[in-house]
Formats: sequence, C-alpha cells, structure tokens
Amino acid sequence: MLNNLSAKERLGIERVKMPEQDAIARSRNFAEVNLGLTLEQAMREAQRCLACKSRPCVAGCPVEVAIPEFVTALAAGELTVAARILMGDNALPAVCGRVCPQEVQCEAKCVRGARGLPVAIGYLERFVADWAMANAEDLAVESRPVPTGKQIAVVGCGPAGLTAAGELARRGHEVRIFEALHDTGGVLRYGIPEFRLPKAIIDAEVARLSRLGVDIECNVIIGKTLTLGQLREQFDAVFIGNGAGLPVMLGIPGENLKGVYSANEYLTRVNLMGAGQFAESATPILRGRNVAVIGGGNTAMDCVRTARRLGAERAMIVYRRGESEMPARVEEIHHAKEEGVEFVMLTAPLAVLGDTQGWVRALACQAMELGEPDASGRRRPVPVSGSAFELPADVVINALGTRANPLLTATEPDLKLNRWGNIESDAQGATSLPGVFAGGDIVRGGATVILAMGDGKRAAAAMEAYLGQV
Amino acid sequence: MFEVLENETLAPALHRMVLRAPRIAAARRPGQFVIVRRAEGAERIPLTIGDADEAAGTLTLFVQAIGAGTRDIVAVPPGGCLRDVAGPLGQPTHIENWGRVTCVGGGVGTAVLYPLAKALAAAGNRVTTIIGGRSAPLVILEKELADFSAEVRVTTEDGSRGRQGFVTHELTELMADSATCPRAVFAIGPVPMMRAVAELTRPTAIPTLVSLNPIMIDGTGMCGGCRVMIGSEARFACVDGPEFDGHQVDFQSLADRLTMYRDHEAQCRVGLQP
Ligand SMILES: Cc1cc2nc3c(=O)[nH]c(=O)nc-3n(C[C@H](O)[C@H](O)[C@H](O)COP(=O)(O)OP(=O)(O)OC[C@H]3O[C@@H](n4cnc5c(N)ncnc54)[C@H](O)[C@@H]3O)c2cc1C
Ligand code: FES
Repeated sequence: MLNNLSAKERLGIERVKMPEQDAIARSRNFAEVNLGLTLEQAMREAQRCLACKSRPCVAGCPVEVAIPEFVTALAAGELTVAARILMGDNALPAVCGRVCPQEVQCEAKCVRGARGLPVAIGYLERFVADWAMANAEDLAVESRPVPTGKQIAVVGCGPAGLTAAGELARRGHEVRIFEALHDTGGVLRYGIPEFRLPKAIIDAEVARLSRLGVDIECNVIIGKTLTLGQLREQFDAVFIGNGAGLPVMLGIPGENLKGVYSANEYLTRVNLMGAGQFAESATPILRGRNVAVIGGGNTAMDCVRTARRLGAERAMIVYRRGESEMPARVEEIHHAKEEGVEFVMLTAPLAVLGDTQGWVRALACQAMELGEPDASGRRRPVPVSGSAFELPADVVINALGTRANPLLTATEPDLKLNRWGNIESDAQGATSLPGVFAGGDIVRGGATVILAMGDGKRAAAAMEAYLGQV
Repeated sequence: MFEVLENETLAPALHRMVLRAPRIAAARRPGQFVIVRRAEGAERIPLTIGDADEAAGTLTLFVQAIGAGTRDIVAVPPGGCLRDVAGPLGQPTHIENWGRVTCVGGGVGTAVLYPLAKALAAAGNRVTTIIGGRSAPLVILEKELADFSAEVRVTTEDGSRGRQGFVTHELTELMADSATCPRAVFAIGPVPMMRAVAELTRPTAIPTLVSLNPIMIDGTGMCGGCRVMIGSEARFACVDGPEFDGHQVDFQSLADRLTMYRDHEAQCRVGLQP
C-alpha cells in the first residue's frame, strides 16, 4: 500500500484529527469523548513517521516504547507485529494511549514537530492497543513461565503496582497485590473519569494480569489490616506503589461548608462508587448548578467536566495564573472549553461563603496578575488590590493536589522518607529497607501514569536482581 | 467475600452480627472500625467493631438499620455474605488506668461504647456506665455492660426504663460528689448528647473523649470527606479519630455536615446513631 512513500510524500500528509463525540451531547453523558481512529486513519497517520535513525521520540518516552518500530509495522498494516512490539514495552498501552501527556513526551521530541505537527503517537498507541484487545485476545494471553518459587507482595493496585506485578509474574514469581479499596486500578479507577478512560479498559488489563497468575486481594490496607513487617516476613520481596492519596486542603475560611469537596472525594464518589452516573449506585453526590473548581491540573479538568455531566449550568475553573500556565494536558483544556466550561483565570479564592443553613453560596475571589518568575520558573501571581469579588457557586471543588498518604509509612519508622513524606528510593526503586522497593506517586508525589509505570518496571528488574542474591 | 455467621436482633432495627474476617480480628483494637459494602453498587458504610475473637477469626458488629445501606446489611442472614469489609480503621482508643471513669452511651452509640468500656475495665478502671435512649427499646446492651461495670445507670426520655431524663442528669450527679466524680469521661452517642457532655465537663476540665461519626468514603485519609474541626485544625476522623478530645470538637460544624445528604436517604457514617 502506502508503505513505499517518499519522505516528501510522507511530509505531505496532514496530521489526523481524532474523531470525537459531539461536544454538546457529550457534556451531558459519561461515554468516552475520543472515539478512536479507523484503520485507514491510523495507517495513514503512521505513514507520517519518517522512522528517523536517531529515534528522539523513544528518548521522550519514560518507558522507552520502540515507537518508530511499532508505527512502521502499523503503517504496513502489520497489526499483530505492531501490537507485540508495543505490548512488549508497555504493560498498559490502552491506558497510556488515552491519558499520557504525549505533547510533552514522545510527541514533543518528534522531528516532524519542528515544522508542523508531530506524528500523533498517542492516537496510534491507543489504536494498536484497542485493536489487540478486540482482535488478538490470544496475543495478550501470555504463557505462564516456569515458577521460581519466590513470593512477592505488591502494595497498591495502581499503575505502578500493576506494572511491577506484571513484570515480576512474567519472570515466574508468585505475585500478590494488596489493595486498600474494594476495586483495582488506583487513580485510573477512582480518579480518572469514564469519559477519558473507560473502566472496561482497566478491567481488561487487570484480567490479563490475573491470567498471568497475579493474585489481587482487595480490602487489605497495609499499615492497618497487615503491616509492612508482616509482608516482609511472609514474602521474599515487597513493592510499594500506594500512590499519593492525601488531599491538600484549601486552608481558607468556609472549607467545611456543605458543598465543598476535595477532588478526591468528588471523583471517588462518581467514578469508584458510581454516584450520579449509574441509577443503581446508592452513593449520593451534590450535583450543583454553579460549580467552581479550584486548580489548573488534570484533576481540576476531570472535576469540572464531571460537574458538567452531572448537570451544572455553570462549571468553572478558578485558577490563580493564566491559561498558558495551567499544568493540565492541552487536550483536556481544549475539550473542557468545547463542553462549555468557563475559565476564570488569574483568580485566587479567598473564602467559601455560606448561607445560614451552612450550604455554600459563593466563592469570594481576588483578581491576580502575573509578576516575576518563581522557583518553578512560572510567573508568580500577585493580588490586584481592591479587586475582590464574589462568584456564585453551590458546589466548590478543591483540586489543589495531593500529597503522600502516611497510613502505611507512619507505621514503619525505619522506612526512610523525604521531608514531604514521600518514600526515598534510589533510581532503581530500592528503599532504605532491604527487599522493599517503591515507585509511582508515593516516591514522586503526584506525577503521571507513565512515570509510575516506568518505576514499576525498573523496580521489578531491581527486585529480580535482589532475589537472585538472597 | 465475608461470611456472616450470626445475625441477631437486639432491639427494634438493632442487630448484632458476627462475621468471619480473621485478619481484621487479629489486628483490631478497641475504638477501631471497619468499612462495609454489602454488594456491588452499595455504599461504603463505616461500622464500629463491637468485639472480636482472634482465635475464631470473627468480628462482632452492632448495626442499627437507619438507612437503605444499613437495612441492606442487617438483611443478610447467617450463611450469607458481605462483599467488602475493610479495616481495622482509625486509631485505637488510648486506654489507661485513670482509676475512676464514666462511660456515657446514647442510643446505638452504646454499641460503639461497649468495646471501649470493656477495655477500660480490663485496664483496671472502676467503670460507671450511663446509658440512655428515647424509650426502653432503644436502651441497649445493659446486661453486657453490667458484666464489667461497677454500676450501670439507665435513663429514658419518656421514663419507660430507668430514670426519666437525659444521661447528662446522671453525669451531673456523679460529678457533684467527689467520691464518684470521674477522672475521665467517654461519651458516644448523638451529636447533641456528646456536645452536652463536653459542656458539662469543660468547667472542671475533666478529660472527655468523644467518638465522631462524620460521613466517610474510603476511610484511609484519601478523600478528606470526613474532616472535622478539632480546635482550629481540620482533622480526618477516619485516620486521626474517630475519637477526639470533646472539649476541642466543633460540634456545630459536625452536626451541620451530617445533613449534607439529608435529601438522599442512604447515608454513610461511622457509628450508627442518627
Ligand atoms: C483525577 C486525576 C487525573 C489524572 N490524570 C492523569 C492523566 O491524564 N495522565 C497521567 O499520566 N496522569 C494523570 N494523573 C496522575 C496519575 O493518575 C498518577 O500519577 C498515577 O496513578 C500514580 O500511580 P501509582 O500506581 O503510583 O498510584 P495510584 O494510582 O494512586 O495507586 C495506588 C493504589 O494503592 C492503594 N493504596 C494506598 N494505600 C494503600 C495501603 N496502605 N495498602 C494497600 N493499598 C493502598 C490505593 O487505594 C490505590 O489503589 C491523574 C491523577 C488524578 C488524581
Ligand atoms: S473517609 Fe475519606 S478521608 Fe476519611
């Protein structure tokens, strides 16, 4: 087919546009926004890749997926080959193809980006992963390796834990994941909404691990139900991937009024418990007509877009810097705008205001302007005097971020932490305790899915080496 | 899945349930709770661990069916299963020998009080227990508490059992006499009752512990929904509590936040009291 195109012909192809659900319709439902490419679209987009020798995109990927190779196979229509390459490097490609910030990773490094638009690597990753899930079940079913007799405990069933578990099971170890909640996936399930990452994808990835022999036990809280000490006695090695599940509070007056949520609570109610999403869910949620979400990251976008879907007339992002400073993925900001989300920029919250019954009625705000750059290199917002105003709201969601949850670490004084409470580990994930490794948000603070996965992968390799020694 | 071994009705809508959960039974200490989800789609409901038998691997829960969620749970017969039981959560009660203590239980809060009172007695305290309710059927566990209490005083609002009035009347009486005045008070029940007890002991600064029942989801400090104001600080009842110094608690904000889903029948709380 198109496979023998000249570089000039390749350069002539325009970047594909992701087919999407209509913006008005989708702002009221929870179905996935991005519909995925067709085979023709995917192959044509893959043709845009110049397969350059230097492979800069690979260097941009935290788990070093062999991008030019899988893209080239896809361009030639060799989907099974493409899937094998992709899945060899990435344990959760259908997830990453949907939630990775490609624009600052692989796609940022793509040579085609220097003049025009980079190859849509994320879309292609998603395409190949979805194709494999639908058409090549057998490809995903890996044969079970020879058992080594070593037993490994994994704490937390998020991307870090799932990746480490998969890698270790593939090496023949007996792996058991302990998860505090009643379901798998970590933030993938309780944080990231259905319209961005359908839960069926997490289920499929988890089922793949189960077929590999990974045992997942939910409702076990390490530090409470069992201690890390007990795990160290009963298992040959332990991987900790318990995430950064502790909300940072707003610290402004009115935070305890009825209608103020942390992003974690709001999203957990809707995503994990199904509140407002499924009629059969018994968990309540305040829907809100005017919803103000404080923050500018992915979590803030997920909250505000969820609020729209729960029926908010006004769903607003309140952020103290400008739009270009927002840490959220560009695609999320763009989608939120299309869905009617209002962006109240350069605005800092001063207090949540309540009525006589203790319900939220407004957010007292202050206008900001950008001053000198701060330590993060971003221009520091400074208050504009005399600019206080009230933003009417009946639900206020705090999406300022999360920190390390001390539930596990507080029970293990010998486990070395940094001053923010994150576990200290070396580049391979080894902690201060022999045989205990860690990775993902508990080490990095709130980071990304792919970084958590990279940590899981590296730690699994280091654990393999450790098990060889003991 | 967690098997229900026993399910007995103690008082109208109050059940004593025994379930198999060996790990939790081994790890739990008085004052801690579990989060129970009856089935797929059900709420996560915090329930105090009333008692545990480590050897048998069982937990005893006292469950008052006050909402759809708890009604669902008490409907599970022996041999049936609860889908999820996670714990033990929260901080165990700090138990010490104060010498003479008074334990005050209101309504189904008495069930939450039971393991605590038992542990206090085991630590050598002379425990005087005051339990109350609106009327006789709502006064629970009197016999069980009498097993280790030096004295059990009962009050009902309608006088159908014990003395007519509120638990605070009895406590006032105990406090008035230096021979019976407690060195520490433990109060668990409806918010207005705990607040009244805390106000009573505040002037003489008798250490007063209360157990709070805010709405919870995860029970691990992840969502912040259970936050309560203790002094001027926001604390998470699921990890820092559920017990707090009664003289520091902002009861108004707690009572207020408990009405957040009043239009939604099912609610999710620690403890069981309305
Ligand atoms: C709303 C939201 C949107 C996001 N969007 C994106 C995005 O688009 N792209 C992206 O790359 N990243 C995104 N992130 C960040 C990303 O989700 C995280 O960086 C990633 O999930 C971290 O993975 P993890 O495995 O370290 O931890 P988690 O995913 O947090 O998983 C940890 C697991 O451990 C369990 N656990 C915790 N304590 C214990 C214990 N004591 N015992 C047993 N189990 C325990 C938790 O219940 C949880 O299931 C988002 C985060 C949020 C909150
Ligand atoms: S219940 Fe979620 S933090 Fe306490």
